[in-house]
Amino acid sequence: MQKEAEIRDPLILGNKSFHDITKDISKPVEGKANKYWWILFSLSMVLFIWGVLCMAYTIGTGIGAWGLNKTVNWAWDITNFVWWIGIGHAGTLISAVLLLFRQKWRMSINRSAEAMTIFGVAQAALFPLIHMGRPWLAYYVFPIPNQFGSLWVNFNSPLLWDVFAISTYFSVSVVFWYIGLIPDFAMLRDRMSAKTAPMKKQLYSFLSFGWSGKAKHWQRFEEVSLVLAGLATPLVFSVHSIVSMDFATSVIPGWHTTIFPPYFVLGALFSGFAMVETLLIIMRKVVNMEAYITIKHIEYMNIIILLTGSLVGTAYITELFMSWYSGVEFEQYAFLNRATGPYWWAYAIMMTCNVLTPQLYWFSSIRKSFVATFILSIFVNIGMWFERFVIIVTSLHRDFLPSSWTMFSPSFIDIGIYLGTIGFFFVLFLLYARTFPVIAQAELKSIVKSSGSEYKNKK
Amino acid sequence: MSKNTLYGIFDCELVLLAAVKEIRANKIEIKEVYSPFPVHGLDKALGLKETRMAITAFIYGCIGLSLAALMIYNIMIIDWPQNIGGKPNFTFYHNMPAFIPIMFECTVLFAAHLMSITYLIRNGLYPGGESDSPDARTTDDKFLMEIEVEGNVADVKAMLTKTGATEINEKDA
Repeated sequence: MQKEAEIRDPLILGNKSFHDITKDISKPVEGKANKYWWILFSLSMVLFIWGVLCMAYTIGTGIGAWGLNKTVNWAWDITNFVWWIGIGHAGTLISAVLLLFRQKWRMSINRSAEAMTIFGVAQAALFPLIHMGRPWLAYYVFPIPNQFGSLWVNFNSPLLWDVFAISTYFSVSVVFWYIGLIPDFAMLRDRMSAKTAPMKKQLYSFLSFGWSGKAKHWQRFEEVSLVLAGLATPLVFSVHSIVSMDFATSVIPGWHTTIFPPYFVLGALFSGFAMVETLLIIMRKVVNMEAYITIKHIEYMNIIILLTGSLVGTAYITELFMSWYSGVEFEQYAFLNRATGPYWWAYAIMMTCNVLTPQLYWFSSIRKSFVATFILSIFVNIGMWFERFVIIVTSLHRDFLPSSWTMFSPSFIDIGIYLGTIGFFFVLFLLYARTFPVIAQAELKSIVKSSGSEYKNKK
Repeated sequence: MSKNTLYGIFDCELVLLAAVKEIRANKIEIKEVYSPFPVHGLDKALGLKETRMAITAFIYGCIGLSLAALMIYNIMIIDWPQNIGGKPNFTFYHNMPAFIPIMFECTVLFAAHLMSITYLIRNGLYPGGESDSPDARTTDDKFLMEIEVEGNVADVKAMLTKTGATEINEKDA
């Protein structure tokens, strides 16, 4: 059994027994959805359908349906892509990196964070797919022998690295998630009665792969989890580094910086944790997980947000310094224009939401408040979206030739597709919250006797 | 002599762990232990060999790395060398810095997926598989120890009770 310092706050509140955990975690799956679930689900569904229509319109008429022009030839599509990929980073960080560091608090949140990762990456993948214009030719991005002679993909290109990185990240995250889900599906299977819920019983029997919890299986389970965590950790860092190289290996002032890979990875963790908080603060109420997702969990995440937010701020300032220090006037102008040009407001939103407001977490009363955390996490989500917008649009809209300087304004369709992916994300997440064990109960049971409140109070 | 199977049910992982040690010390063979979550130290207490999952992952990773290198070599160097931004393209090792990301991704891709598939196969898990746990409560809150007894059943039962089993069920073979 693991030992834990007595003065640490309990991670599971309310003297839960193993059976209580089973009951609490299967409740959302067994019960009926409440009113709020249906309201949220309907809203998300409407957004999703709207998004699908806008995507269909784009595919039907072409990329001209977007607000892009010859100068700003990359805007909301890549902004949204990077934003979603960034959100998809916290899940694997929580499940992999925190597992390697033996952080017990990850156990209550890793399942939902990984779900968020998978659904977030799925949204991200939609953008390059639509931007291809002819998504049915998407298989061109893979090195498949073809009838055009030797028409191969270019292995020197960061865009191809992205294809490999994101598909690997997505599929490995799904596998990691599923390996952990098997014992929990088995728990649901064994709770379902074949008489009252035959369909559910069959479904969970199918999904649980016949898991029975033998000692040897658990031994392999733990080793496989550990190795997957070890593999996923460098993978997380590689994915966003590679995304940043889409920009950094180009020769556009404002993109061509060596600080990009760490800067993007930190930004991704920052925005990912913020999104985890936004989702979990809602979820703990909607599916009654207050005993498992406690203010302590939120506080730990707030500390990570404070750290990564400060590092992101450092990166912004480093970037400014380096542009001045480079002595390259194009580079200097790119940053001057970012901060004081026509897009100054986007830069100001980015600076405020990413650098200034997270500093409020130095106050423990704010760090330990659900309401404040919820509001600040939304700020971070907004700020990180603007960070990508600032990097992408302000670097492009005033290029080397002043006669081609222009502004970007999103079209109706741009906005529709973005809102559509938000809708799609929430549709998936809400369905997940009703059909999956939202907390890794098997792992959580293993820490009840060291981190549960009953055992903390005994001492 | 008939073979009987005894199922000792435990409520607590600490009691179970102590019981496993004591029962094995008394030369009684434990056939299997079913538990709702991984119990640390149970594999050692049961005398299970160390798992080789990590070794398989290493081997699969090496396969992934080699295949990726081979694929890129064939495409970029042998089949159709291209001059891209003046990057060296006549030999693999000159061009390799640009190939590292994809070689790394392929390593992870192969290691993670093939290890997971090996894990499922070795555990006999597949979509729609049937659980062979003798008691459905083992995925909830009970720990089950399965012992096959030839001969004196009463002794083993007494042993299980003594070590803290809260319930003992019997199945005739």
